[in-house]
Amino acid sequence: MWRLLRLARPQLGRLALSVVAGAAAVASSVGLMAVSAWLISRAAQHPPVLDLAVAVVAIRTFGIGRGIFRYAERLISHDAAFRVLADLRVRVYTRLEPLAPAGLADFRSGDLLSRLVADVDALQDLFLRVLPPPLIAAIVGGSAVVLAWALLPGAGAVLAATLLLAGVAVPALTMRSGRRASARVAAARGELSMHVVDLLHGAPELLAYGAADTQLDRVARSDAELTGLSRSTALTTGLGAGLGSVAAGLALWGTLRVAVPAVSAGSLDGVWLAVLVLTALAVFEVVAPLPVAAQQLERVRRAAGRVFGVLDAPAPVNDPARPRPVPAGTPVVTLEAARLRYASDAACALDGVDLRLEPGRRIAVVGPSGAGKTTLALVLLRFVELDGGRATLAGHDLRDYAQDDVRRVIGACLQDAHLFDTTVRENIRLAQPDATDEQLTDAAERAELGPWIASLPAGWDTRVGERGAQVSGGQRQRLALARALLADPPVLLLDEPTANLDSITEQALMGSLLRATEGRTTLLITHRLVGLDAVDEVVVLDRGRVVQRGRHADLVRSAGLYRRLWELELGLTAVD
Amino acid sequence: MTGVKPLDPRLLRHAATARVYLALTVGLGLASAVLILGQATLLADILPRVFLDRAPLAKVTGPMALLAAVLLGRAGIAWAGEVAAHLSSARVKSQLRAGLLRHAVALGPAWLARERSGELAALATRGVDALDGYFARYLPQLVLALLVPVAVLARVVTTDWLSAVTIAVILPLIPVFMALIGISTQRRTQRQWSTLSTLAGHFLDVVEGLPTLRIFGRAKAQAAAVRRITNEYRIATMATLRIAFLSALVLELLSMLAVALVAVSVGLRLVDGRVSLHTALLVLLLAPEAYLPVRQVGAQFHASMEGVTAAERVFAVLETSGPDRSATSVRPPAAVPDLRAATVSVEAVWFTWPARDVPALAEVSLALHPGERVALVGDSGAGKSSLVSLLLGFTRPQQGRITVGGTDLADLPLVQWRRQLAWVSQRPYLFAASIADNIRLGEPEAGVEAVRQAARLANAAEFVESLTAAYDTVVGERGVGLSAGQRQRIALARAFLRDAPVLLLDEPTANLDADSAAAVQDGLERLMAGRTVLLVVHRLALARGADRIVVMSAGRVVEVGTPAELDAVQGPWSALVAAAGPSVGATGSAGAAGAVGAVGAEVSG
Repeated sequence: MWRLLRLARPQLGRLALSVVAGAAAVASSVGLMAVSAWLISRAAQHPPVLDLAVAVVAIRTFGIGRGIFRYAERLISHDAAFRVLADLRVRVYTRLEPLAPAGLADFRSGDLLSRLVADVDALQDLFLRVLPPPLIAAIVGGSAVVLAWALLPGAGAVLAATLLLAGVAVPALTMRSGRRASARVAAARGELSMHVVDLLHGAPELLAYGAADTQLDRVARSDAELTGLSRSTALTTGLGAGLGSVAAGLALWGTLRVAVPAVSAGSLDGVWLAVLVLTALAVFEVVAPLPVAAQQLERVRRAAGRVFGVLDAPAPVNDPARPRPVPAGTPVVTLEAARLRYASDAACALDGVDLRLEPGRRIAVVGPSGAGKTTLALVLLRFVELDGGRATLAGHDLRDYAQDDVRRVIGACLQDAHLFDTTVRENIRLAQPDATDEQLTDAAERAELGPWIASLPAGWDTRVGERGAQVSGGQRQRLALARALLADPPVLLLDEPTANLDSITEQALMGSLLRATEGRTTLLITHRLVGLDAVDEVVVLDRGRVVQRGRHADLVRSAGLYRRLWELELGLTAVD
Repeated sequence: MTGVKPLDPRLLRHAATARVYLALTVGLGLASAVLILGQATLLADILPRVFLDRAPLAKVTGPMALLAAVLLGRAGIAWAGEVAAHLSSARVKSQLRAGLLRHAVALGPAWLARERSGELAALATRGVDALDGYFARYLPQLVLALLVPVAVLARVVTTDWLSAVTIAVILPLIPVFMALIGISTQRRTQRQWSTLSTLAGHFLDVVEGLPTLRIFGRAKAQAAAVRRITNEYRIATMATLRIAFLSALVLELLSMLAVALVAVSVGLRLVDGRVSLHTALLVLLLAPEAYLPVRQVGAQFHASMEGVTAAERVFAVLETSGPDRSATSVRPPAAVPDLRAATVSVEAVWFTWPARDVPALAEVSLALHPGERVALVGDSGAGKSSLVSLLLGFTRPQQGRITVGGTDLADLPLVQWRRQLAWVSQRPYLFAASIADNIRLGEPEAGVEAVRQAARLANAAEFVESLTAAYDTVVGERGVGLSAGQRQRIALARAFLRDAPVLLLDEPTANLDADSAAAVQDGLERLMAGRTVLLVVHRLALARGADRIVVMSAGRVVEVGTPAELDAVQGPWSALVAAAGPSVGATGSAGAAGAVGAVGAEVSG
């Protein structure tokens, strides 16, 4: 929480101003009632009208002030919260940047990432809904207590005690019971939501297997559990509301109880009696938003915990203190006995892999899923560090170079390349912001995107939609390929460019790929073997080890994993 | 405050609990109004007596005791109102959710696929939860806003009609002004909405694209863009808020000014003795009470709208009528023939998906004889899945019919019909339950040994038993991640355990890498043995093991025959084989011997 406040330091002035405006708004309505009470009491003594002039002006001012101050408070606080949000997002982004993609592996599902982003956005509630209400309550409530005390110490004491009861004890009670229940409610809610998702997504299977009623029962059971939990929550929330009301009642009744004897004893001028009573009545407005603020505090605290948890994760790769400059031209890239495991209890993702990519040559890395192909790509792009062996670039360990420099030399088109919610042009141009239109067209032509772009309603300026939703799988991969070709790195790495495509699209895309990379230093990672007769060397990975290497034609002839994969892919196998 | 009905009558119709709650809320609101009047009257009685007559405490003990009772009563109502609101809200949500889900399932998978089941799931959970704001806060305030001002005016008009007029004149101005401002802001907000949502989504888009940005060395430069766009977002939002907050401003201004006017007016008339102190105090105490619930309704209105919108979407679903069953099933349902002996035939069936122009199936006829293996091929959009959907009873033909041993499928009870089918889709769904329960989906009573046996036959036993909790391992959303091939094998085990005479298979090996495909294929082969099979095929080589191949194109059956017959002529089948390239062409006629069987034999050996 303190970290969050430190982040907001540049906006403290605005935040303070919004609290002052908020306090002025509530003070206006308390003031209106207090001064009106005085006016009426004084008027009952039939004084000259002029004696009341100041009070009349004050009442009218308070009447206008409340709305104006409230309006100002809301605008200033929202503006400040958004400014804090801008800082927060930049801060989070800069911390996330070195973590991607390896450090964010747990967030691979888009939902978790969007929850993280929602958490970041939820943090601004601290400045909108959590901090201002107690501060305003302290300022206005405190002033009211001081005023009452000055008139009659007993009345001040009554007001102080009841305000504390309603403003501290009640929110604390709701917060405590809320915290206790919320873990269980969240679990029950998650359970329910899981069964609902299962019911709706799995409906075809459920109906086909006659199990829909069973699943509906399961949903009903977790619903009943959740409803049962909300029953106990309802009782405490009700208790909070009741107690708050009791406190307000006590304030009113208690003030009368101490003020009435004081008036009849003459120690309090009767004119002030109504002022004390009506102040006690009106001031309880300040504590009303506190239980909600307490609940919000819990939410913000949990969101902050998750956000900082991610931010504090160590970066998987660090740049050397004095990075070596990358050589010009196309360097040799190698892996030497490369070994890596993601967790100490996991199997090796790479287990002694050797690889040598000479300038101008094309190598394909193939193997079943889980063989370590993607890990190999992440190592070469310096997104992860090896545990053993080394990766080199132009003869020097990859660790001696800065990450960005490595990625200038080894460019890539990764599996599920992200398309940004902008135009086709901007998505390709991302690779090289100062590219000319000619260069763009050229990259698109080589990725064989030309006719498709020409067919789009707005051509190059067509938007691709959120996560490229408006674009088919094949075109999406071609866009990513065009992007990689525009960047024109000396070494090109393509990771599963045809994953998740149907077989006809897959074959067409493989053709485009092989034509576009002709004569270019390329590492092609794939689980499909069609067209690999065109590359210079095929490396077969299985469970992190190289089990075979050579040219396609030779590998197909000799018995082994490659031949088996090839035959399976063809859909026929010679029976031995 | 315009456009949306404050209380949707459908809510009362669909959720019986809501009716009880509404009655309770009105009751509590009435009690509340009475207590508010009581409190003001008592105070207006005590204060002048003490102030003007110097009455000691002993002289006012009666009213003081009554006041204590009134205050306790108000606390009790606050407690009861809150509890009732939360309890009823939970019950109503539960009723709506159950109704929504039951109806959605009854509408069937074809409807669900169109409705985007993800959105529907969100509606059934978070969407319905948003009704809390409506029930717990908005509705009680709405009732108070209708009752209390009337009660206050009725009380004030009997003592000081001038104040009553002041209050009454300003009161209706509040909804009028808010509606006026609401209309103009709504138009503006809608214009800004698309800009706002683009700007709002930007941060997520950038974070999701981080790996891509890093590859192109653009990640650091984006930090500035994040700041810039968030600032643009702030400026655009603030422009909207400046207007949106105006309605609250007007609300506060009018209500506070009314109180100020009343206070000054009674104060000045008090000097001349035209009103008594008692009346003045009573009016001053009651004037703010007339506006308080109105102000709060305004404050709660927007928070409650989310829930109301969700409820409206729930009603829209509930009012959707399902596939019409009553017209065809006037006769009592017939007994389903035993599919081990009965032929299933599709007779001149036409089917068009809702909101499409082109029929998915046009004049399709096809017979599935007991024990026969039929492969269905054709490019995507040919109508293969539509046919499977009809056979599963998810949709019904618009013309023509499907018969089972001569009886129309429309006259058969679907549940018993489906009991004789086992279906494995291209992407089978695994439920958030143990692997054993997933395999038992169609046979919940099956014992452990039967489950193991099914898993063994489906080639799933080995990997399942290597998991720490074996068959008790929880899969699905929260459970261990399984590969596509492993999921397929669990789905096959499901079908094995079902032990149905007819199999509908939507090419379970598409999208698998070669190794997993082999393991699945092997299990599949064993499953198909001795059963009637309709196999939808994407990799043409798999069709060669079938007794008959049915080629579909654009919703029509264009060619039917044994693999050998089709290879022999230059028809649609040969064209497909040629288009698919070397991976199928290479098989030549050797493949006709039964490629599917061969794959299985090699891997299991």
